[in-house]
Amino acid sequence: MSLSREQIAIRVSQELKDGYYVNLGIGIPTLVANYVPDDIEVMLQSENGLLGMGPYPTEEEVDADMINAGKETVTAVTGAAIFNSADSFAMIRGGHVDLTVLGAFEVDQQGNIASWMIPGKLVKGMGGAMDLVAGAKNIVVTMTHANKKGESKMLSECTLPLTGVNCVKKIVTDLAVLEVKDGAFHLLERAPGVSVDEIQQKTAGKLVVPEFVPEMNV
Amino acid sequence: MAGFDKVVDNYEQAMQGLQDGMTLIAGGFGLCGIPEGLIAEIKRMNTRELTVVSNNCGVDDFGLGILLEGQQIKKIIASYVGENSIFEKQAIEGTLDVELTPQGTLAEKMRAGGAGIPAFYTATGFGTPVAEGKEVREFDGRPYIMEESITGEFAIVKAWKADRYGNLVYRDTAMNFNPMAATAGKITVAEVEEIVEPGELDPCHIHTQGIFVDRVIKGNFEKRIERRVTRS
Repeated sequence: MSLSREQIAIRVSQELKDGYYVNLGIGIPTLVANYVPDDIEVMLQSENGLLGMGPYPTEEEVDADMINAGKETVTAVTGAAIFNSADSFAMIRGGHVDLTVLGAFEVDQQGNIASWMIPGKLVKGMGGAMDLVAGAKNIVVTMTHANKKGESKMLSECTLPLTGVNCVKKIVTDLAVLEVKDGAFHLLERAPGVSVDEIQQKTAGKLVVPEFVPEMNV
Repeated sequence: MAGFDKVVDNYEQAMQGLQDGMTLIAGGFGLCGIPEGLIAEIKRMNTRELTVVSNNCGVDDFGLGILLEGQQIKKIIASYVGENSIFEKQAIEGTLDVELTPQGTLAEKMRAGGAGIPAFYTATGFGTPVAEGKEVREFDGRPYIMEESITGEFAIVKAWKADRYGNLVYRDTAMNFNPMAATAGKITVAEVEEIVEPGELDPCHIHTQGIFVDRVIKGNFEKRIERRVTRS
């Protein structure tokens, strides 16, 4: 069975380490915040200028001056810091953020990512995504392995305009966990009940498969 | 003698000198921390052919979006737009020129512009459509693109508190692009929630120093929330 959005988030949460500063993109990445293991501490960075993002506010706590990068109302945790956009991107571009999790339309075996523009459709902009992929020490991409037509999103070369080059290290899809290195996707884990054959079939780029591929623990 | 007193009494004085064709830099992130009254004044003035530099462009009936209605904006430099239908229509019809810029690059363009640095190199956008036509240079084996900084004839920002000398303090994430925008305007106008006397703000806790600010006006803010999300 392919993973649900929540299960993808649970698997990504296993990449978190104690003391990590983490930036979570919109969509599935946002869900990762719900599954931070109890025995570690992580600090969430929101690129509009908040380090130490907390949960959504209660009705009483709602404050127009407190929002996240998705423009949603939000709270700050104890010990949070608030700063301007230039400082925020100094953290991001300067490589101080330990892990960035974001979605994508396509990823290729060189670690290139396309996530912001589909020619012919209205382009709303890249927001902070290009800075995040250029600057993070570690980038995990979450997406479905193939699109609704069954076409692979794991390519030998991205077809859409890029967000960044040679930057994606790890991908968690609804079918598998893969590492990108040496110009290939390396299969690390498969979703429970999903066969290596199915993953192979839905991976258009070069896939390296080890002898034993464990199932994910989700 | 006005000395360093930057406080003006009305919006007309606050935006005096803004003319057709000028570049206007605006602080704010979405609808958070935007100079609502100054934007409304620009609409009233019907200043046209503006180049607007701002992370976003408001929504149809609020924020910078209200300047789209009368086609007052010729060009927008932003990182994320299209939260409004008029914007979409004008962008598709080609009456509005849109220059999409990565958010961090946009912040740095304002910061550098205000700091007298004409350009800088960044890895952001290398190998993407953003890099087209830009100089590429390698440092330590990694390619970077050259980005030019931005200044404007006017900058409009929103702060929480100001003293009469134009020292500004922002509140929570309403800070966002405002401090950089404030440095990048030839004339910088701050619309604030509260004006206090010099000395009332802790000198160590000033976010934007009065030297960057030319005019201060006390505004009345609606503070509209774009996406109200709560937990139970």
